[in-house]
Amino acid sequence: MLKGILDSRALRDDFPILARKIGGKNDFIYLDNASTTQKPLVVIDSISNYYKTFNSNIHRAVYEVAEESTRAYEETREKIARFINAKHVEEIIFTRNTTESLNLVSYSWGRKNIQAGDSIMISELEHHSNIVPWQVLAEETKSHLVYLTINDEGQLNLDNFYHELESGHLKLVSLSQMSNVLGTIVPIKTIIRAAHEHGIPVIVDGAQSVPHMPVDVQDMDCDFLAFSAHKMLGPTGVGVLYGKRQFIKNLDPFLAGGDMIKEVFKYSTRYNDIPYKFEAGTPNIADVVGFGTALDYLEDLGMQNIRNHEIDLTEYVLKYMSSIPNLKIYGPTKATDRGGLVSFNIGDIHPHDLATIMNDHGIAIRSGHHCAQVLMERLAVPATSRASFYIYNTKEDIDKLVDVLNEARRIFRI
Amino acid sequence: MSDDIYREIILDHYRNPRNKGKLALADVSAHDSNPLCGDEIDIHLKIDSSRIQDIKFEGRGCAISQASASMLTEMVSGKDLKFIKDLQKEDILENIGLTNLGPARIKCALLSLKVLKVGMIKYYSDKDPSSAEKIKGESPVY
Repeated sequence: MLKGILDSRALRDDFPILARKIGGKNDFIYLDNASTTQKPLVVIDSISNYYKTFNSNIHRAVYEVAEESTRAYEETREKIARFINAKHVEEIIFTRNTTESLNLVSYSWGRKNIQAGDSIMISELEHHSNIVPWQVLAEETKSHLVYLTINDEGQLNLDNFYHELESGHLKLVSLSQMSNVLGTIVPIKTIIRAAHEHGIPVIVDGAQSVPHMPVDVQDMDCDFLAFSAHKMLGPTGVGVLYGKRQFIKNLDPFLAGGDMIKEVFKYSTRYNDIPYKFEAGTPNIADVVGFGTALDYLEDLGMQNIRNHEIDLTEYVLKYMSSIPNLKIYGPTKATDRGGLVSFNIGDIHPHDLATIMNDHGIAIRSGHHCAQVLMERLAVPATSRASFYIYNTKEDIDKLVDVLNEARRIFRI
Repeated sequence: MSDDIYREIILDHYRNPRNKGKLALADVSAHDSNPLCGDEIDIHLKIDSSRIQDIKFEGRGCAISQASASMLTEMVSGKDLKFIKDLQKEDILENIGLTNLGPARIKCALLSLKVLKVGMIKYYSDKDPSSAEKIKGESPVY
């Protein structure tokens, strides 16, 4: 047993949705946390409290309520800066989600700095959100998208990376720190150090890593980091882009309009300072406030404790699932090399059929290509099933998962 | 519940699909996929004086989509084109014995019907555009 493990069973009481039934009778066992997590009551209440007691637009009006809402919004920004150890608060930009954060970099930085003949590197592990914006950029700028390949265990082939570094064409690296399908945790520090030696900036897609392990942007030395609130107990509709100050202060805006300006003249505009320059229009104030509460909740638990808890669950699930006949698990074999999730296939049962059987027992798992079709092609499978864990999952949940896997074998006669 | 869905006949058609493969000299072929789950179906038709002379399908995906396609080919083989024009989604669900599917899985069951109707629309689009429009308009799958 690892030190500082969470009391998951007690934490479940903080999440009202976990008390509901599925199909009118089964306990709800939620194992789709890589997709989105459930919200504790304190987060739900803080959003409701915002609307009940200090709803108003921010950064403009001088009345008391507006000052309170502006303060709450900006407090979340400060909490995020602390949470990922950003050096400056103004390095934190609010977006709608990870996808929008990555698009912001691709539009504002990419279109100015990538030229015909350059190359942009991503990996075979990426989610579509870290593929498609770069395809669009490559097409527009006539640059090339190159893939960092993976080995059969789902680990990056670093030789491939070093080779590309020497090509002289590489101008940008954008990598997921933790795969949403295989759970692979990539050696991001090593990659960033090597890229920086060649003057190449690195964007980190932290959609899976930031919610599940301690992430320190100064230690990692990434140039950008993107993640979403809803995958870490917060509400949907709030994303974060961290960008090193020297990078973002000279970037052009992504969206133009209200709140991102200092002065507007008839035919020109002086833009606001960072980070406001990148936050055009009224933002999602209530949910940003709710995200602040989610960050408090996570900090109370401790990110290292969350990580330890997930290693513990992953070791358990790998051990029990590997004893099931005809079951293939994808990704790294060691729990410490991966996040708290497991992707698998069993016999000739299609993941969608398995998910239907799981649902009959109240278990929510994900089935399909997980927005990672490039990876599916690399694994040579059309789809996988995926169970992904968070702070409120227990070993009993995994026991139930294994029971229903055996039930599926019975139904499919394998 | 799952026992009701994954009955012997569904598993049999999933594992031993009927009329699976390509069709040399097909008069029309159609393809579609379900982006939700990646199920894919291709249907090839040989049509002889307003009758389905031969039908084959290719595809990959879940047991429901593949068994449904296999059972559809048996259902329509040899039938005249009016029979296919009149086919409703309820006919398919009854044919495969799955009338209680949820909204996500019902798409799996109906993918092959959708592809068959697309094939019909393609077939008629040159010969009889008004029939093609009629199928488009009436089709319960769109």
